Formats: sequence, structure tokens, C-alpha cells
Amino acid sequence: MSLYDKTLSELRAGLDRREFSAAEAARAFLDRIAATDPRLNAFITVCADSALAEAAEADRRLAAGDPAPLTGIPLAMKDIFNTLGVRTTCASKILASYVAPYDATAFARLKAQGAVLLGKVNMDEFAMGSSNENSAYGPVRNPWDTTCVPGGSSGGSAACVAARQAPAALGTDTGGSIRQPASHCGVVGLKPTYGRVSRYGVIAYASSLDQVGPVTIDVRDCALLLQAIAGFDPLDSTSVDTPVPDYAATLQPDLKGVRIGLPKEYFIEGLDADVRAAVEQAVTTCRSLGAEIVEVSLPHTEFAVACYYLIATAEASSNLARYDGVRFGHRTATAGNLIETYSRSRDEGFGSEVKRRIMLGTYALSSGYYDAYYLKAQKVRTLIRQDFLDAFDKVDVILGPVAPTPAFRIGEKTADPLQMYLSDIFTIPVNLAGTCAMSLPCGFSGTGLPIGLQLIGKPFAESDILRTAYAFEQATEWHKRKAEI
Amino acid sequence: MKISRSEVEHVARLARLALNDEELDALTGDMDAILAYVDQLNRLKTDGIVPTAHAVPMANAFRQDEVRPSFTPEQAQTNAPAPDPGGFRVPRVIE
Repeated sequence: MSLYDKTLSELRAGLDRREFSAAEAARAFLDRIAATDPRLNAFITVCADSALAEAAEADRRLAAGDPAPLTGIPLAMKDIFNTLGVRTTCASKILASYVAPYDATAFARLKAQGAVLLGKVNMDEFAMGSSNENSAYGPVRNPWDTTCVPGGSSGGSAACVAARQAPAALGTDTGGSIRQPASHCGVVGLKPTYGRVSRYGVIAYASSLDQVGPVTIDVRDCALLLQAIAGFDPLDSTSVDTPVPDYAATLQPDLKGVRIGLPKEYFIEGLDADVRAAVEQAVTTCRSLGAEIVEVSLPHTEFAVACYYLIATAEASSNLARYDGVRFGHRTATAGNLIETYSRSRDEGFGSEVKRRIMLGTYALSSGYYDAYYLKAQKVRTLIRQDFLDAFDKVDVILGPVAPTPAFRIGEKTADPLQMYLSDIFTIPVNLAGTCAMSLPCGFSGTGLPIGLQLIGKPFAESDILRTAYAFEQATEWHKRKAEI
Repeated sequence: MKISRSEVEHVARLARLALNDEELDALTGDMDAILAYVDQLNRLKTDGIVPTAHAVPMANAFRQDEVRPSFTPEQAQTNAPAPDPGGFRVPRVIE
């Protein structure tokens, strides 16, 4: 077994037993990136020199007998996290040469626990997209089939783990941006409850929906990485000061006493037949593990995409006002006055999907339309959130597909923004409700593409979905298959 | 039509985006289709429903008002396209 094939837990055990050094581990992943990334384009920036220096420091800590939980563990970060001294582009031309003067809290916590940064991974520009085709640095390719998208917006995070370029990565999820690429790439991805992980230093897209989460090979690693980043942060006043449980301790191999709800709105016509078959098989597996299966209803599901594309774009239009060519980022060379500095810098720096969302959001917030669009969407958001609270009166976990289809082909949906938006129909409601959910492998399509199972939990009940996911994973072999790349 | 080309031009001015004709044409079609799609929200009666701005039931977050370390002017300027001692240079605002 190559070092780069190991899970985070296996790397931890191997480092602790001195079977290999942190430097050897870092080198194995850097070599793997060099060998495979020309075909995948998962990385925007590879930190080869600093990774080796950090690994050497980790080896000193290991030799001193004083390792932290992640000492010597190589990781990749979505290029949306500010990383001190390392370029942070958010996959946009407007931040092509931006080097953050500080660390995002989630990254600072990983660093403080000894993690080694392999590099910054590709994404849809400003996290706006479902296919990773909106990156100014080119699309990421799916390691299972390089003619297909990896999903988005955390496409690089999912692809790099699937291709074993990194044992784990962090991503962000605003409307499914961790779960949908995890599903398309056959890895585990978790979107925590809003407020569970600090957003400080994460470049903002839609502030009431954005959340940071782990992408890993298996469920145990997911629990370990969530443990490392979860918890209150005084620098993010929307992070919630509630105790963080020991996630790994809640993992157990059965589902006795767990009530799992199947929302009938998630098993609609139009759901791909292979996806339906894999998810239904997963239901059978959960039942055999002792879970009680209950039908539930999330009646406003069909309105979620419309609701999301008003709220998210409105927040985005406000958040992205800061890119004005004055304090940081691209500045046009042709402006004659201040207004032209703003408007030309922005036109030159932003890609077409980002402009589309800024325009839609500006319109939804503009005088005369605010009540009809933005306020209406906020009221519908209340109904969607209430759907989940009602369902969680009856069940502990909600189970369904992550995406209506497996990964689609590069270029297949770029001509029609609405078709692209609809690929997030089962993930968006969770962000609007603010609760937690994850994707884990549950099968493959007839053409060999991975299919993800979505588990949705009550607010701050990440332990419930991790426990369910772990039991399912122990009873199946899907997570052991690897993309050949 | 949900939105006209001249309305799209107005929104572009509000958003400070110097879009070219081709972009304005494409966006008029895209926004029209998206606004027609989001119209489905009007099928829902929402009278008396409290809007949700934020999914976590949380009141104001307070902290002590105290001086803490922050960026120096030099740190704040490290990414500036046109830094000036103590500030950021921009084109003349007042004629």
C-alpha cells in the first residue's frame, strides 16, 4: 500500500508508530499531485517547499514525543480559506495575486494541531457553481471519468481526496458545495450545522448559508476532522457557543433505536434510475442494521431552488461589493474616474456566473422589488425550515439522494444556468434550514460513476448522522473502491 | 418579459459592473428566465409568516469593547493595487 492510499487515521497511526516520517508522507502526496494533477487540475496552488518545511517541523515534534492530533498530517484547503502568506484566489481573476495577511480560523485550528498544508484546491469562482466549470483556473476533472465534472463548488476538495492527492480536505457548502462533489467523486463530505464551525477568514458568498466542513475518505476521518475545526470562535459572532461532543466516540456499528425518515419529495420522477436503486438499497441496509424506517414529508422542497437563488444572490451582491479595485484585488488600467475604477475592475475581474448572481441579487434587493423577491424568499425560507423541524419531531435522521444524477459531462449544462441550479435540488433545502447533512458513498452507476447517500440531521446533531453513516459504511464496501487515475 | 434590457442596464449601474453589449444581451435573457422560474414562490401564501434572515435562533452577540492587536497600516496595504503612505490612491473624486 502506498503512503498516499492511507486514510487520515492510518497516517496518524503510522506516524505515531514511526513506520514513516511526516516528511515521507508529505513527499508521497506531493509526488502524487505532480503525477496526477495535469489530468485533474484539482490544485490552484501547490505548496511543495512550505509543506516539506512544515513536515520537518512535525517530525521534530514527533521525535520530541509531543504530537498534536494532526501533527504531520498532510491536508488540502479549498482556495476560499485565507491562508497567511499563501496566495488565496477564490478561483477568481480578481484575486489572482491576493496573499492573505491572516489565517481563517478553521485553517488556523488545523495548523495549530500540526497539519501540513499541501496546497490550495480549485473550486467554482467565489463558490458559485455546481460543476467546477466556473473557475478562472480551468475546470477540475472527475477522477472516476475525466470527461465528467467533479461537482461543485468544492470540486477540487472532493477530486483531490478521491484521487488520493490528499488524505482529506476542507471545503465550504452554501447550497450543496461539499455534499454534491463528495457524491460525484465517491468520498465523504459533511456540511455542519450553521454556526458549528467558524466562518472567520472564509471568503464570503452568502453569509447566512455558508458553512465550512470536511471532505475525507471515510466516516471516521470525517469525525476526526470535524472535531478539529468545530466550536465557538469569538472572531465569528454567528458561530454558536454550544459544547462540541466527542464525535469519534459516537461511532458504533449498528442502528438500533435510530429512526430514519424518507422524504417522499426526494424520490420524485426525474431521479436517475441508478441513483434511486442505490439509495433504496441503502434503506434496506439501514433497516437490516436495526433502524426504523418512517416516511416523512418536506412539502416545500420544490420551492427551495427558487428561494435559494434569491437569498444567496442577494447576499452575494452585498458581499462582493468589497471587490472594488481600491484596497486589494485587480484594478483596471483604463479608468478615468472612481466609478470607472469600480465598474471596470469588477467587469474585468469577475467571471460570467459571478456577474449573473451579482446582477440577480442586486435586482432582488433593489428599490421596488425587495418585497416581491427578497422578503418573499425569506418567508418561504421559514416554511422550508419548518418542514425540517416538523419531520425531526418523528425521526432522528432524514435519508435521501444527494443529487438527482451521477456526475454529468463537462460542458453538458453550461449553456443553461437554470438546469445547472436544479442539480442542487436535494442539498439546497438543508442550507436554508441551517441544519447539518453529509454525503457518503452508496453505490455506482452503470457507467462506473459514484453515487452518494445523503443523511440529514437535527441542528447540532452531527453525531447522529456520523453514527448512521459509520454503521452503513461498516456494512458496505463502497468506500473501499478507488478511482484509477 | 419579466425584465427589459434597459432595466438590466440600470441594475448593472447599481452593481458597478461595466458590462459590454454582449454581456447585457445574454444577461437579459438569463435573468428573464430565472425571474420567471422564481415566480413560482407566489403560489405560496406567506401572509403573516415571519421572514428568516438567519437559521440559528440567536439574539445579538455581545463582547467586551476592548482594544486588541490589529493590522498595521503596512499589513493592510500589502495587497493594495496603488498604496500610498497611510492610504490607498484612487482617481480624483472632486473636480
